[in-house]
Amino acid sequence: MALTLFEKIWQAHLVAEEDGLGLLYIDRHFLQDGPRRKFEVLEEQGVGVRRPDRTFATVDHYPPTDGSPVEAMTHADRRRAIEDIGRDAARHGIPLYGLGDPRQGIVHVIGPEQGISLPGTTIVCNDSHTSTHGGVGAFAFGIGSTECGHVLATQTLWMRKPGTMRVTIEGTAADGIGADGIGAKDMALAVIARLGTAGAAGMVIEYAGSAVRALSVEGRLTLCNMSIEAGARSGMVAPDEATFAYLAGRAHAPTGAAWDAAVARWRTLASDDGAVFDREVRLDARSIEPVVTWGISPDQSLPIGGRVPDPATAPDAGRQAAWQRALDYMGLVPGTPLTGIAIDRVFIGSCTNGRIEDLRSAARIVAGRTIAVPGWVVPGSAQVKAQAEAEGLDAVFRQSGFDWRAPGCSMCVAQNGDVVPPGERCASTTNRNFIGRQGPGSRTHLMSPAMAAAAALTGRLTDVRTLAVGA
Amino acid sequence: MRAFTRLTAVAAALPEADIDTDRIIPARFVDRRPQDGLADCLFHDERFDGAGQERADFALNRPAWRDAGILVAGANFGCGSSREHAIFALLDYGIRAVLSPGASEIFANNAFENGLLMVTLPPDTVARLLTLLQARPGHRLTVDLERQVVADSDGTEAPFAIDPRRRRCLLEGLDTLSLTLRMTDRIAAFEARHPG
Repeated sequence: MALTLFEKIWQAHLVAEEDGLGLLYIDRHFLQDGPRRKFEVLEEQGVGVRRPDRTFATVDHYPPTDGSPVEAMTHADRRRAIEDIGRDAARHGIPLYGLGDPRQGIVHVIGPEQGISLPGTTIVCNDSHTSTHGGVGAFAFGIGSTECGHVLATQTLWMRKPGTMRVTIEGTAADGIGADGIGAKDMALAVIARLGTAGAAGMVIEYAGSAVRALSVEGRLTLCNMSIEAGARSGMVAPDEATFAYLAGRAHAPTGAAWDAAVARWRTLASDDGAVFDREVRLDARSIEPVVTWGISPDQSLPIGGRVPDPATAPDAGRQAAWQRALDYMGLVPGTPLTGIAIDRVFIGSCTNGRIEDLRSAARIVAGRTIAVPGWVVPGSAQVKAQAEAEGLDAVFRQSGFDWRAPGCSMCVAQNGDVVPPGERCASTTNRNFIGRQGPGSRTHLMSPAMAAAAALTGRLTDVRTLAVGA
Repeated sequence: MRAFTRLTAVAAALPEADIDTDRIIPARFVDRRPQDGLADCLFHDERFDGAGQERADFALNRPAWRDAGILVAGANFGCGSSREHAIFALLDYGIRAVLSPGASEIFANNAFENGLLMVTLPPDTVARLLTLLQARPGHRLTVDLERQVVADSDGTEAPFAIDPRRRRCLLEGLDTLSLTLRMTDRIAAFEARHPG
């Protein structure tokens, strides 16, 4: 029988089936600095961690981005969150990439970077953007902290089998995007705009088509990252030669004969010809342009050439109210050209766009120029930071006026104290433009790193294609 | 896990779709310990203004809905972040059931694990309930998990479906982990044949 990539992974991880639910074996479990609930569940049951060797911990939500050590943290609750995961990891023999470790970083950046996230594996984490790891061909999804306790204790999780959706993006992306990985964010926003925020509810999305194949692995991680914003459980891209080349030699990737065997196994993972998906969606890459959000939900987006929409033209009463609420919160007037919207600051980073290729694409735009508004660049991991510095990207950002920061989630979720001040408008490479997401009263416009860089140069939302790229 | 059998309570209306967990509890409160109380964080930035004063126009600040035990909400409730603090904040405030045309999957799982009942109803049923509650603020509904119906005092009943295992666990207050820990042998057998 012809099977999809997801179905192959599901079948290979099924420990038991009961009441229409599967008991799924979990290959990799990532832990972050966050609520201790996952360990309290163990303590309540009086059990330990079943497979500390399949568990990996890091700190990303709370680290200060000024590079100061945990000892210097004055906010008691944030400091406790970082110290708690250190203590719990040590107690249970779980490897920890803590503050100051050269492998520390945002969990969804370091998983693929360290070769922990591999094709065909099941991966969970107490974070909705775990879907990111699907970019290497894994089934990866976010869970709650009580469910994390279940995984720690049993290395399994009960789950109703999700439906399958294939999003096929064919063709070569329009001029100015796609050539160097800039296009993945635009593709992600275009897919969400097409599906709506709950359009893929209960589904696993497999991204396919020539435009997806043409993406680098880092671009695929960006695309899968935002699947959750369309309500999907997970996103995935079948592993191919690009995936194998990306993973080869990474710290946790297999080596020698084990590598050859793994690659042979990974080659069998792609969806079979004739595999049937519950839903098929097709997009033409040539129709995808640089996209920005104007509202308070990731599906409230338009190509940069568009205008702020008029709620009176909304397709139904529900959306009319939602658009009006978005305009009120964002302080926007219908009919305003998007390129006429002035911004107050720029944030480049996050699990969506904090990887080395993202920083390269932004640096390429700002090289030799001066930014017009305050801007931060927060590398997704210590390794990304080191790589960027080896390439001289930090100097490019600094010379253009950007703050070059230490790695973490930072202003994407604003849990570590890095916030966009109330009322300020931020051009942001993050994944959520929710009300108050970057701090109370903050206004977020989502876009690609290149578009954020362009906005930084002009102080307003800008079509990056109108800026001649420097050397 | 806290058992859930039957609840009669004031139901408040939150008709918007896509109410995300950042709104249910802003991220800056997630470093608080649930045992220290999270009720005051629930919908914090919509319930209170910058000076900490209540905003009169927010649903739960309406006198008739202050003691709500049930929320009737728009589609895709609890989308966004996987933060379980959203559930703890709702429970700590006193909400034991959310009725909607559908909740985000991670949110629904988190709710189930902590004894908050998520009821999925057809959109037109939710629309009818929202109209009713807005016309009669303070109106009480009954959510009966044993009979799988949402009942109104006028005799109207709306049936709902729920996963049989979830229903059983909620009725008995059984947590999933206790059940799975009985299957350790099967997990070990699986591990023995599963590649790294």
